[in-house]
Amino acid sequence: MSERLLVATRKGLFICPPEGEGWAIPTPAFLGEPVSAVLHDKRDGALYAALRLGHFGAKLHRSEDGGASWTEIGVPALPKEKEGDKPLDMIWTLAAGAEPGVLWAGTLPAALFRSADRGASWELVRGLWDVPERASWVGGGYDDPGLHSIVIHPRDPRRMAIAISTGGVWLSGDGGDSWRLGGRGLRAEYMPPAQAFDPGVQDVHLLAACAATPEVLWAQHHNGIFRSTDGGESFVEVTAPAPSRFGFAVAAHPADPATAWFAPAVKDECRVPVAGRLVVTRTQDGGATLEALGEGLPAAGSYDLVYRHALVVDAAGGRLAMGSTTGNLWLGEAGGARWRLLSAHLPPIAALAFA
Amino acid sequence: MVTTMPRVSFTPNLRRHLDCPAMDAPGDTVRVVLEHVFTGNPRLRGYLLDEHGRLRKHVAIFVNELPVADRAGLADPVGEGDDIFVFQALSGG
Repeated sequence: MSERLLVATRKGLFICPPEGEGWAIPTPAFLGEPVSAVLHDKRDGALYAALRLGHFGAKLHRSEDGGASWTEIGVPALPKEKEGDKPLDMIWTLAAGAEPGVLWAGTLPAALFRSADRGASWELVRGLWDVPERASWVGGGYDDPGLHSIVIHPRDPRRMAIAISTGGVWLSGDGGDSWRLGGRGLRAEYMPPAQAFDPGVQDVHLLAACAATPEVLWAQHHNGIFRSTDGGESFVEVTAPAPSRFGFAVAAHPADPATAWFAPAVKDECRVPVAGRLVVTRTQDGGATLEALGEGLPAAGSYDLVYRHALVVDAAGGRLAMGSTTGNLWLGEAGGARWRLLSAHLPPIAALAFA
Repeated sequence: MVTTMPRVSFTPNLRRHLDCPAMDAPGDTVRVVLEHVFTGNPRLRGYLLDEHGRLRKHVAIFVNELPVADRAGLADPVGEGDDIFVFQALSGG
């Protein structure tokens, strides 16, 4: 194993080097500061860390030397067009674009930003900001709606999909200039029956694509698991996933479009593992069936919640990593069949990435 | 006649992120004084103010012993010899 593991937590960013069959846990960068998103840009090796400083606002830092030193760069600025428009609260997700130097950022409150200069400056993506439906977006877990998922088609980067809690799945075919609602078939049981299938009210918690077959998208939604085979235009619900339908995270297998992993919790108003037993669920048949994988995970007495960006799979599809709000970090071997605790003493974990 | 510009000083917690020694700066409102400070330290602006120009929710500014009244416009008057203190409000965990 040669990849590092980036662990973004409530109190710093751990850049964990490989050690034996796992990772060492070093002293974090940004000790004491909440890290809300992290990106390893494979094109040039740069690392990006988004901070959500409690007093002084959201910041973004870049490292050119693997995390030994960091430089503060630009942050997105939300427009103020009417009274009540709020400033940036946090950068929730970062993605590398296709063109040289291009980065994308999804924020809370919900907006999409593009940088053409490796994050030195950011431009609001007007085509999404100006959709009329934005007026009806609402907060999910946070008071404001947030944009947490950016999926870029690996072979045609003009095709993009994003997801908003709560504002549905949006698709672009022109590199972000224009956007339209996707997500037909998503079902919101928290809405009156007549609006349950309104694509604009859907609370997708995370959207993840199969890298090799990027038309296949998995959605862990507020009240279910859904799969798309047409790039997010439409979704089919995975029926009766056990032990629950609720969760935040989903990891899509990079090569096998039928395989994905989830981290279920009881339900929205009780965000803990079902019966105290922490499991990762896996489907290998496109969602027809799910199996609960618990070997090496707590069998009882677990209150771990896995945030949406805290379950990841490596580029080969065989090794996973998972972190919880309780500060537990696990390595999943053999496609999640066996788990091993790497640390039980970390701060609450917001996001993970292989680098 | 000797005039004394307002003096601005900053919570030590800001120094975790950037250098911001106490300094004298001209101006007759908190906004004007801070704009002078930002001219020499542009990165500081985003730590104290949001992108809409408003004082960040968890930052507090006092003129002598009184918190500023105008957190959006920072139009609170300051005069010669006044002390402007930039603190962080008590919050977090």
